[in-house]
Amino acid sequence: MSAAGPIPGPIPAPSPALGRASRENYLTADYSWRSWLLTVDHKRIGILYLLSVTGFFFLGGLFAVLLRLELATPQGDLVQAETYNKLFTMHGLVMIFFFLVPSIPGVLGNFFVPIMIGAKDMAFPRLNLLSWYVYMIGGLVSFLAIVMGGVDTGWTFYAPYSSTYANSNVALTAVGVFITGFSSILTGLNIIVTVHKMRAPGMTWFRMPLFVWAHYATSLIMILGTPVLAITILLLALERLFHIGIFDPKLGGDPVLFQHLFWFYSHPAVYIMILPAMGVISELVAAFSRKRIFGYSFVAFSSLAIAVLGFLVWGHHMFLSGQSVYAGVVFSVLSFLVAIPSAVKVFNWAATLYKGSVLLSTPMMYVLGFLGLFTIGGLTGLFLACLGLDVHVHDTYFVVAHFHYIMVGGAVMAFLGGLHYWWPKMFGRMYPEALGKFSAVVVFIGFNLTFFPQFLLGYLGMPRRYHAYPEEFGVLNVLSSAGASILGIGYLLPMVYLIWSLRYGPAAVQNPWGAKGLEWEKAPTPPPTFNFDATPVVTQEAYAYADDLPAEPTRPEASYV
Amino acid sequence: MTSWFALLPALQTYDGSQTAPLFPPSASTVSGEVDALYAFLVGVSIFFSVLIFALVIGFTVRFRRRPGVHATPIEGSLPLELLWTLVPLAIAMVIFVWGAKVYFRTVRAPSDAMQIDVTGKQWMWKMQHPTGQREINDLHVPVGVPVKLRMISEDVIHSFYVPAFRIKRDVVPGRYSTTWFEATQPGEYHLFCAEYCGTKHSQMIGRVFALDPVEYQAWLAGAGAAETPREAGAKLFTSLRCDTCHNSQSGARGPDLAGRWGGKSVLRGGGSATFDADHVRESILNPGAKLALGYEPLMPSYSGQVGEEQLLALIAYIESLAAPQGAKEKP
Repeated sequence: MSAAGPIPGPIPAPSPALGRASRENYLTADYSWRSWLLTVDHKRIGILYLLSVTGFFFLGGLFAVLLRLELATPQGDLVQAETYNKLFTMHGLVMIFFFLVPSIPGVLGNFFVPIMIGAKDMAFPRLNLLSWYVYMIGGLVSFLAIVMGGVDTGWTFYAPYSSTYANSNVALTAVGVFITGFSSILTGLNIIVTVHKMRAPGMTWFRMPLFVWAHYATSLIMILGTPVLAITILLLALERLFHIGIFDPKLGGDPVLFQHLFWFYSHPAVYIMILPAMGVISELVAAFSRKRIFGYSFVAFSSLAIAVLGFLVWGHHMFLSGQSVYAGVVFSVLSFLVAIPSAVKVFNWAATLYKGSVLLSTPMMYVLGFLGLFTIGGLTGLFLACLGLDVHVHDTYFVVAHFHYIMVGGAVMAFLGGLHYWWPKMFGRMYPEALGKFSAVVVFIGFNLTFFPQFLLGYLGMPRRYHAYPEEFGVLNVLSSAGASILGIGYLLPMVYLIWSLRYGPAAVQNPWGAKGLEWEKAPTPPPTFNFDATPVVTQEAYAYADDLPAEPTRPEASYV
Repeated sequence: MTSWFALLPALQTYDGSQTAPLFPPSASTVSGEVDALYAFLVGVSIFFSVLIFALVIGFTVRFRRRPGVHATPIEGSLPLELLWTLVPLAIAMVIFVWGAKVYFRTVRAPSDAMQIDVTGKQWMWKMQHPTGQREINDLHVPVGVPVKLRMISEDVIHSFYVPAFRIKRDVVPGRYSTTWFEATQPGEYHLFCAEYCGTKHSQMIGRVFALDPVEYQAWLAGAGAAETPREAGAKLFTSLRCDTCHNSQSGARGPDLAGRWGGKSVLRGGGSATFDADHVRESILNPGAKLALGYEPLMPSYSGQVGEEQLLALIAYIESLAAPQGAKEKP
């Protein structure tokens, strides 16, 4: 309970009406490069993550643009097959390992988990910084592999193609992913210890915001699952570099073993990517309907249920790969079970809006987008968990559409929603609201136009990872490519206006949304280095909107200074 | 079964000249069942999507923020939580059972199925008919006859996918995988490799021609009579000198292989193994792995001396020894 003591240093008088100009905060504490690169402040580390995940997001996005350009015509005419294969491999690798996995935990989790539980920092601030450096080293090693010619195994690295047959930079890429995994483990460890040991007085487990619950569940998966990925990559490297037979039957190995090991991490990794997004949605729904989340404990425990069940469903990636029929049946039924906690969450979020005071702000637009797209993504997951249907749609564009609905329609929507919601707190500036809403609509339209046709393509039988395809799939592919260009604009807009707002946006007050939670009610905007002027004492449950005062602002503009 | 799917809307293309259908051709005995399952799931998805959209958008509009109007605090509701846990669970279990039933249909080939051998390699499909005809990337099959595929890869993992038949199965190196289908509609259909297998993955495609049985016989005749896999296997069995040890004489150094197919092989050191294609393949390439009880580890490995197609031939021959009257072979 080290956070319980008084915070050292001079405590300036609070002046809530004025933002950054009036007092020192974590951004103005020191301007040197050194102070950023050697910072142990969880908020600054969150900003470092924000810069790096944004860079990787647009790198992965660039690969996606090239893929969709190639697929605009049935013939393989823009790039060669080999290049195309490298593009989809690197798109997947960059987006999954260097954007989706670290995005919400690294940026929003790092910044807000300590503040939300009333702590002045993470439990292990130096470890936190190390985790960013490890991530960056892994990212740069993988980037080097890309620059040196790329890798063409698919992000799944299936053996024996990856271990024996591929002629690209498999080993170097694998080293990058291996290194980055440790960053994940360190972040997970840090969050778990922080949640256990750093909660402010009165912050009981069931007073924690659901964002913290979601990050706790995510961290459990990170520390339990990621070591298996490391083992898998190590075994792959042994076979590729030293020809020790593990996966290649020619060397006495078993290629299906690779898939078991790989998916034992990589299916739970899906929940590493989506659980923090669910945490963000819980915060946003509560704040913009001014209500406690309906069925708080059901939403909290559904995160843990997903974390546990998520470890037991990896075999649904392997219904056709040679595992036994009976294993397939067991994995199928477990996969249906893991869908239930997600459904429970969606219903609870919808019910929270009932009799709320709902403000359709930019973050809330992203919430609506999330709820719609995640629902479709989740329901189409049932198609894939269903044995008889998976035989037909497995490894087709149906799967591609499904996981993009979850990963992009779910995780990226939530990330953008959360970024807008907490942007005023992080930087002390408001973003342009009208432009924000417009961009959210552009993203939603672009997303659906890109990915909905892919469900139809999948059922028609178009396999994934195809450089060229039969003419009859042309129309739907053109629609998808057209949608991708709209989606690209939808992602560029927020980057431009958010950067613009850092200088020109109106200064934000401490609590522009009138939201509950320590980050809004107790922490100044932007927060000082140790987050609070005095250690907060928590006396209420999360989302205690019941005691609302009539003076609460009804529109965010009203709170602009 | 399939007729009412034709009523579902089709997408109009940009120039209006043709339609892009929502379903691939339905040309096998299971494709109608898979489509029915799909239609049910689409229905479930539309119901829940519309429900969620209506609730979320309806509440957002109905309870939009207005001056002086406050949210009503609601803690939650156990009956509602149970409702939206148990109802989706029940629906999920219905889908699970239905899906498993259809899956079992696609996994278990009828015992009278005609067997075709498929060998995948970067980047082509090689097929051999039981009557010996070979094809590359094309596959001719008779309508109305169950066809079982015994498949193996020479290099990386491939996947044999015929959308019109709604079947797909990974083709893995080092072990046999099987799938089966019975074509119902004559026609020409896509064959795709569905598992990424390297540079020319998207060129590892072919065509399946479903023919009337009479036409199929004509095609077989025109494709040139070749050695059947069983005949080729019998020759190999002699030329590789398998028969010097595996014979029916007393005191033979290897077990007699006649009549063994499909049974249990008792192993030296305990345990047993099913005497099937994988067991025969392993015993040829790595004889010490599962040694039959009562025999010494004298057999040398044939790894590197026999290719996948020769192994398939040897297996076809050993399989034919199961029934001395030769009733197994059905054209």
